[in-house]
Amino acid sequence: MAVQTATPPLPAALVAGKDLSGQRMLDRPALALLALLALLGIFVPLFNLAVPETSALHVTTYTVALLGKYMTYAMLALAVDLVWGYCGILTLGHSAFFALGGYAIGMYLMREIGARGVYGNPLLPDFMVFLNWKTLPWYWHGFDMFWFAALMVCGVPGLLALVFGWLAFRSRVTGVYLSIITQALTYALMLAFFRNDMGFGGNNGFTDFKDLLGFGLHAPGTRVGLFVASVVALAIGYLTCRYVVMSRAGRVIQAVRDAESRARFLGYRVESYKLWVFVFSAMLAGVAGALYVPQVGIINPGEFAPLNSIELVIWVAVGGRGTLYGAVAGALLVNYAKTYLTAALPEMWLYALGALFVLVTVFLPRGVVGLVARVAGRKAARA
Amino acid sequence: MKALLIAILVAVGCASVRPAAADEVVGVAGAERAPGPFAAAVAELKDASYSRKAELIRALAAQRAPGTKELLAALLDGNVSSRSSDGKVFIVAPAASGYALTDPLTGKGAGIEPAPGFAKVGINNALRRVLRSALAQFDLSSPDTAARLAAVKEMLRAFDEGGSASAAATTRALLESQLEKERDASVKHEIETGLALAALGDSSPQKRLAAIDSLASSLNPDVYNRLVALSDPGTESDTAVRAAAAAAVRHIDSWRKFYGIIETLFFGLSLGSVLVLAAIGLAITFGVMGVINMAHGELMMIGAYTAYVMQLLLPNAIGASIILAVPAAFLVAGLVGVLIERFIVRFLYGRPLETLLATFGLSLILQQVVRDIFSANNRPVESPSWMAGSLQVNDALSITYNRLVIVLFALAVFVVLQLVLKRTRLGLEVRAVAQNRAMAKAMGVRTDWVDALTFGLGSGIAGVAGVALSQLTNVGPNLGQSYIVDSFMVVVFGGVGNLWGTLIGGMSLGVVNKILEPYAGAVLGKILVLVCLILFIQRRPRGLFPQKGRAVEA
Repeated sequence: MAVQTATPPLPAALVAGKDLSGQRMLDRPALALLALLALLGIFVPLFNLAVPETSALHVTTYTVALLGKYMTYAMLALAVDLVWGYCGILTLGHSAFFALGGYAIGMYLMREIGARGVYGNPLLPDFMVFLNWKTLPWYWHGFDMFWFAALMVCGVPGLLALVFGWLAFRSRVTGVYLSIITQALTYALMLAFFRNDMGFGGNNGFTDFKDLLGFGLHAPGTRVGLFVASVVALAIGYLTCRYVVMSRAGRVIQAVRDAESRARFLGYRVESYKLWVFVFSAMLAGVAGALYVPQVGIINPGEFAPLNSIELVIWVAVGGRGTLYGAVAGALLVNYAKTYLTAALPEMWLYALGALFVLVTVFLPRGVVGLVARVAGRKAARA
Repeated sequence: MKALLIAILVAVGCASVRPAAADEVVGVAGAERAPGPFAAAVAELKDASYSRKAELIRALAAQRAPGTKELLAALLDGNVSSRSSDGKVFIVAPAASGYALTDPLTGKGAGIEPAPGFAKVGINNALRRVLRSALAQFDLSSPDTAARLAAVKEMLRAFDEGGSASAAATTRALLESQLEKERDASVKHEIETGLALAALGDSSPQKRLAAIDSLASSLNPDVYNRLVALSDPGTESDTAVRAAAAAAVRHIDSWRKFYGIIETLFFGLSLGSVLVLAAIGLAITFGVMGVINMAHGELMMIGAYTAYVMQLLLPNAIGASIILAVPAAFLVAGLVGVLIERFIVRFLYGRPLETLLATFGLSLILQQVVRDIFSANNRPVESPSWMAGSLQVNDALSITYNRLVIVLFALAVFVVLQLVLKRTRLGLEVRAVAQNRAMAKAMGVRTDWVDALTFGLGSGIAGVAGVALSQLTNVGPNLGQSYIVDSFMVVVFGGVGNLWGTLIGGMSLGVVNKILEPYAGAVLGKILVLVCLILFIQRRPRGLFPQKGRAVEA
């Protein structure tokens, strides 16, 4: 570990003369992103519901669901960018929080099925009847109420992040060690959720959902509703993250990223800052998961796979970390490429993803956003 | 083929022994028509009842006339038939146009005749047992120790299955006479156990007590079952015998438990060896260079595929191909490692998190390359014969050779690696660079060259580990992925930059895993170990054996 012998750079946020308070919360990229989201939120539903199917402008329900999925991925990328880009914590376990949020809403959706399941049991979900369980496990109680499930969507990932982060940050586990134990965390959760005894449907997970708050999940109207909810959630999530990083606490967090020891010696409680940003990010990931599950119609332990967590880190890296809007852009770009490539050239997808990892880290440390900025800067210099 | 072999054996055996037999049958010209007890018994076999057949077989076995063994063996295999036209009994072997006949009396071939003219001499399961124990009596005098041991075991089974009293008495007499002649300790022990087991059924309580006494240290499962039965009031009336049997059962139980613990430890060590093999290359690249190589698992996969390719190249020499695969895998994986270092990792020193991502991307590419070359299906790599089978320490403990080989192999790799790091110029430079890069550079160490070689060394070790893994699991594109989390945990648990830590960490993780497994199940056990590790890292963030000195705080 003796590689980094060079003195770490001075924390940008703490250097006198570089006052960040002059920055506006809604700068140009932020406004552009919000405008894009507004356009999506208005025109996609319009072109789906109001334009007849024969028209060239018609947006299919499939596309609506796909875009909705991208929105939840973008939220997840925001959550990762907040901890990695701004706080320097490379988490390789963020899909665990995403999946936990998904499972929480999945439990509600399972309870909503009620007696319409294959076995027609009004209380027990199908897989429990299949496993010959007689009573509902205690942790399933309350999930028939939406407000409780919604609370758990934030509560469960938040609590896990709180406990895990408190243990990890307090004993100053940093850098790659932290990355590796977050990976172990999601791996352990995956193994646990694969077990039938856990009461979460084993490797089949939850599926065959019927409706959400009384609206049929397969109805185009519900689809559009979920899409709009995802867009709005992404916008709110972006603004909240933007608020956090612009705040005083946000600047301390960036100071921690750049020089943790120095920030500690200046009197800041480094672990508390890290813990709160980690917990907030986990909750955001949980909400993204909760929006994701009703749109794809299934949640299973595969969502916990360490591969997923690493993949979402690359979304952020591609977009450009430490910018928030870069994370959103990266998530959309990579996932669009994935959808396109896995359909057009399925065997090429892993090559493309792998090459993306290598090329972006070696040649584009600041991501696409950084590249665009550099090109723009060069043009400005020439002009 | 087997029948042909028997026929040849019969022919050879008879050719050499027949004159003696002819001497016994005095006054008859031509041994073929000998109306001796052997011929009479053979002639009667074909339409005797099953119980009469059993008597005939026992009588035949007791006479030990030449050719008996071959006849009984053929009977056991269902290769004895009688000719419908004259009722004569033959040993038959299926041939292209019917049956190749052998006369059991002379051992000579009797031509080939069409199959429909023959009726098989039938046997049932009870007869099969009788036959096996009768055949075992012949093996008892075999010069081969293993054959004698098998024969004794076969005969002991006859006591358990409760043949007739007279049969048991014959068997006992045979075993007792063999005991006096026997020189091999293991066969002797087996016979003694068997005789004591027979004595357990004796009518006199004193003899039963003495037998229990002599059996109290045996780990034979048959003995255990009999003793458990004897401690039950339902089967044993004598209280003293019952008490002695119960005490013996307790004594055996504690020994069985002891050997059970040893077995668990051994399983743990063999799992630990796999972990150590997987992690030790990582310990070098991660510990010495501070580089997170997520493609480490794929380098192992490359090593495993090298073993597979070696086997394709040398299909007739499995043992040699595995041994050759070790250096080949080291070279192939090491070369890939050097390329990775030169083209990717070199640009990312000082940025460990970025290295992690880049090498992860590389691992995806390598997996897909392998999928395109070898297809996504798993490829089997055969084990050489010297890795098959198991070392039978005693009745309660057996150690499979492949696990033993893996443990020894892991230790060998560890020792070689330690020697390389501690005794060679390269090792010295590697350690110097690990401790203080700038100072090493100032002293004239070519750090970039050392980096490339270190990375190559770690990668080569991963390839070697892959060869070992190919002996345990199927070789597939996902082989490496399943070990990457585990091997990182081992390195982090043991302490970065310390090979001893990796060895002890890997072994103890393996043992803990195997100890937890029976209580919690394999998956839950693994989860528990992961959770414990996560908690452990909170307590000791730098692992079991942390690196000391100023270099640590990077």
